Amino acid sequence: MTAHDEQPVIVACPDGPLLVRGHIDLTAPDGTPIEQHRRTVALCRCGVSTIKPFCDGSHKAVHFRTES
Amino acid sequence: MTPRITPRGPVSEALLDALRAEPSDASGDAARFSQNAARALRAQPDLLTDEDLQLTLFVLYGLHYGETVDADDEWEWHPELLRTRRAIEREFERQLRRRVQLGELPEPDAEAVAAYLFDLTSDDGGPSLSRYLAKKATEEQAVEFVIHRSIYTRKEADPHSWAIPRLTGRPKAALVEVQADEYGGGRPERIHAEIFGRTMRELGLDDSYGAYIDHVPAITLASFTMMSMFGLNRSLRGAIVGHLAAFEMTSSIPNRFYGNGFRRLGHDDDVTWYYDEHVEADAVHEQIAGRDLAGGLAEQHPELLPDIVFGAAACLYVDGLAGQHLLESFEAGRSSLRRPLAVAA
Repeated sequence: MTAHDEQPVIVACPDGPLLVRGHIDLTAPDGTPIEQHRRTVALCRCGVSTIKPFCDGSHKAVHFRTES
Repeated sequence: MTPRITPRGPVSEALLDALRAEPSDASGDAARFSQNAARALRAQPDLLTDEDLQLTLFVLYGLHYGETVDADDEWEWHPELLRTRRAIEREFERQLRRRVQLGELPEPDAEAVAAYLFDLTSDDGGPSLSRYLAKKATEEQAVEFVIHRSIYTRKEADPHSWAIPRLTGRPKAALVEVQADEYGGGRPERIHAEIFGRTMRELGLDDSYGAYIDHVPAITLASFTMMSMFGLNRSLRGAIVGHLAAFEMTSSIPNRFYGNGFRRLGHDDDVTWYYDEHVEADAVHEQIAGRDLAGGLAEQHPELLPDIVFGAAACLYVDGLAGQHLLESFEAGRSSLRRPLAVAA
């Protein structure tokens, strides 16, 4: 795998989460690692997920919109 | 251990009789099976609720999946069985297409398809099995729910995996990305079907495949046979892709409710891990399945767009009927199973 392939890519999903492909260091403010259970993760950006920082699909229930 | 399957009529009876013998082109039981199926189809059955024909499809697909019926492997490609399966499938597909109405289709670009599917799958606010499980279900009802789901979930992801070699490029990468996660990302203990097996064992259930086959009604089988039909027929590759997108899009929020229901009933992580896992996993999968898989396929092959939407709508329709059966049974205080569980379960 080349260095280029290892660059994480973040997809800003319309009306939804930030989809992160590739390795990232996800930590709490004090640097404690936050365990990632899968290679591709979705990060909450609507604020109502019950499993933050990960997405749980709740943005759909609250009709979160990324375009105003 | 394969389950003991009790026939539900002349078609499944002849099929199960045939499978007990060595595969042979001269099998009288296979010929009888074919004739009985033709007769059953002429009688204009409702394929979604016909116990005999749904069990028949379940057994026939089981020859491809394995672990379903105790039969010689050579039966999998027996021409008489395949010919008859296609006859049943054509009628099944015809009835599904007649019942699932497609509205105006989106443009065949990934974002428009994803937005369309998210809209199609958004909760209509009607009665919901997941909310019932969260708030009201008894332990017995929760166990019945798990038994229904075990028909698909102990083979979770397998029906959609048939489609992998039929796709190329972006949709293929997307499907493999989702399936790799379904299959544990390289860790066998995290295979979703295995995590569900753990839930079953913790509830005192037998997690061997099909252990409760005689207990589940046709509509529960129809949910699984429909996706098996979509997955095994290349001509329906659009439908299996749409099916997966709709399935993932209607999963994360209900799974949170299911997990909450089992916690309310006093169960711990060993039971709820499966549901908790899906809250996070399917919030990822729905994005990939909507945009890269379904949307990506529509961009490559705009001619498949109607089938992508059909597959999604059929998923919602059939799983809606299956859920409605459970909900109505529970609210009426009766079992949702064809046969009650033995007390020992």
